[in-house]
Amino acid sequence: MPDYTLELKNGQKTSHPYYQIRFYAMASPCEVLIKIQDENLCKKLAKSITDEVRRIENKYSRFQPASLLSKINHSKSISTDIDLETFQLLNYSNEVYNLSDGLFDITSGILGKLWNFKNQSTVPNEDKIADALSFIGFNKIKYTESSVSLPKGMQIDFGGIGKEYAVDQVAKILDIHCIHKKINFLINLGGDLFAKDYKSETDNSPWKVGLDDSKNGYISLLNGAVATSGTSQRSFFQNGKIYSHLLNPKTGWPIENPPKSVTCFAENCVLAGTYSSLAMLQGSNAECFLKSEEIEHILVM
Amino acid sequence: MQLISKNCFSGNKSLSLKSKLAIAATSLLGSTATQTIANETSDDDWNFSASVLAYSETDRVSAVEVIANAEITIDDTGKLNIKFVLDSLTGASANGAIAQESVQTFSRPSGNGQYDIAVGNTPLDDTFKDTRAQLNISWSDLINPESDYTYTLGTNLSREFDFRSIGLSAELARDFNQKNTTISGGFSVAAEEYNPKGAIPISLTSMAIRGNFATEDEFNTAFEATRSSSSKTISSGEFLLGWTQIVNRTTLMQFNYGYADKSGYLTDPFKIVSIINSQGIAQDYIYESRPETRAQHSVFGLVKKHLDESVIDFSYRYTTDDWEIDSHTFDLHWHIFADGGSFWEPHIRLYQQSAADFYSTYLVQGEALPQFISADYRIGEMTSITLGLKYGFELNEDQRAEVRLEYYRQTPKSIGNERVAGLENLDLYPELDAIYLQVNYYF
Repeated sequence: MPDYTLELKNGQKTSHPYYQIRFYAMASPCEVLIKIQDENLCKKLAKSITDEVRRIENKYSRFQPASLLSKINHSKSISTDIDLETFQLLNYSNEVYNLSDGLFDITSGILGKLWNFKNQSTVPNEDKIADALSFIGFNKIKYTESSVSLPKGMQIDFGGIGKEYAVDQVAKILDIHCIHKKINFLINLGGDLFAKDYKSETDNSPWKVGLDDSKNGYISLLNGAVATSGTSQRSFFQNGKIYSHLLNPKTGWPIENPPKSVTCFAENCVLAGTYSSLAMLQGSNAECFLKSEEIEHILVM
Repeated sequence: MQLISKNCFSGNKSLSLKSKLAIAATSLLGSTATQTIANETSDDDWNFSASVLAYSETDRVSAVEVIANAEITIDDTGKLNIKFVLDSLTGASANGAIAQESVQTFSRPSGNGQYDIAVGNTPLDDTFKDTRAQLNISWSDLINPESDYTYTLGTNLSREFDFRSIGLSAELARDFNQKNTTISGGFSVAAEEYNPKGAIPISLTSMAIRGNFATEDEFNTAFEATRSSSSKTISSGEFLLGWTQIVNRTTLMQFNYGYADKSGYLTDPFKIVSIINSQGIAQDYIYESRPETRAQHSVFGLVKKHLDESVIDFSYRYTTDDWEIDSHTFDLHWHIFADGGSFWEPHIRLYQQSAADFYSTYLVQGEALPQFISADYRIGEMTSITLGLKYGFELNEDQRAEVRLEYYRQTPKSIGNERVAGLENLDLYPELDAIYLQVNYYF
């Protein structure tokens, strides 16, 4: 039994029929739309795609005890062997950490344990926050091409880039099969999107994708990546302030007045996701940041 | 509490943040491409290929070979390969005797009947006919899922009308340096048995020819006297060391060293040597004799370079053995990508070998009979050239095909031991031309 569904859909007026592959992964509904009618090829692609997404999930999920990430997080300062892919993800995290002056930090996850947004009544006390901050800081991680070691008590989480990375990896698989035949496709892993238009002469109508947090209804996408960060689900109100679930790894406190959601466009999904995360971390300055960096975006305050 | 700079962002700003992030993301996504592709193809499905090869030497042997191959990858790392080869050879093969200015008559290897060779022609035994079936099975996997070590175990069985062999092989390879370096070591052993119709001739005895005997019985008695046991065996062992290095994103290098040792009946039971008089006229034919051991060293180097629209593959092989046969092989393939997944691949191969120390085109009457002698052109001094072109194309998503056409020309060289006058008008070193046509089908 395959762990995905495959369905041939009729296109809209100007577009051709396409296959829809649907599956559930990374705690999100996922779909891939491919403008072909070859069911056998689609089955082959569906298997490759779901295999790849599950490979990434199984390797980097912090909820799976057997994942490489769990192994790293529970290594108690003993070095863990890693492969090239993990090294590159750490390298990218390091770059963004440095470029954002420490604001984007994959070691900041432990702060979430202090701030329970589900039923928060009070803010944690400063001692606890200061204590937690001593276990945060990407610069405390030692890693090489073949191993990584975290100081005891620290943890990393690729949650901020993992799903976007999976989108880009799936795009690579589809590219191989679609480039010669000019087959357009759209990848949607829980709202992180990538679309490719090979400029076929017969059909170049854009995909229409609904946005959860936006009142704009849907976006039209033909080429490129889209990622959204948002705070709509989790926040609390105390002493006249709205505290978002988004935490500043440098202070240990929630970001004040962040946008409800930021949707960013970029050439690949990792980049789109990084833009939107960085914009959220700017709080009320999100719009200024997006404009000064000339990043195409949709902002919902 | 927020960190706010004048540019509303506190990161480094010399190059725009956007550009720096784009570079970082490109390096993340660009570097793992090969891994994705490898994963993409590693589903637990059988991959099949079939191939038909037609080989034809001018006036000599022609062969048709059918190959069926099945491969499955299990759990991403385990690979089982099963290959079946069926060969059918027909035609004529040089028996080792030299051309003459008169008709020559030879007994067939089985002792049943004889064949005549016209004036000036290289003697060919036209009873060359055989069918070979071969089965190879190999299995390779990582020693454990986290391991850098890959092992491969293989076996092959081969069966012909008068020959059978069984072989076993094992190899262990280790990846280093992010899989950029692979070191491997392996060995193989094989046992072969010859069982020709008419039994094995005794080396250096004279070929019995019916015309030299008054009666059939006398001929049969003489023919039987040249026969020894009905079967002979060969055992062989080989070990191989390999080093594969990915130099950069476009270049791969490979070096191998191999040592092979064979012992047993290495003589060709169908080959003879002419004994001529001082006028160059054949007086007798004796069955050839080769040493019972042969040890060969080989070194091999390969460079594979990926260019924008093509891949160039260049290799060189040197072999040397204790029969004094040294060989050099230069091989160049140029794989050119074309539209729609098709490709063209021109190929050139140059080969040169020196003669075995016991190789002699003929013996002169009265000369001492050496312990070992063979006039087999395949162990004489020669050069050869192969020119080929392959075209591959996709039939649909799952099927592709390749067509290969190659021309082969072998030019034997005199080893400079012409000791007798009267052979000037005869072609003692005939050239050999052959054509290969192969069709491969992958599904």
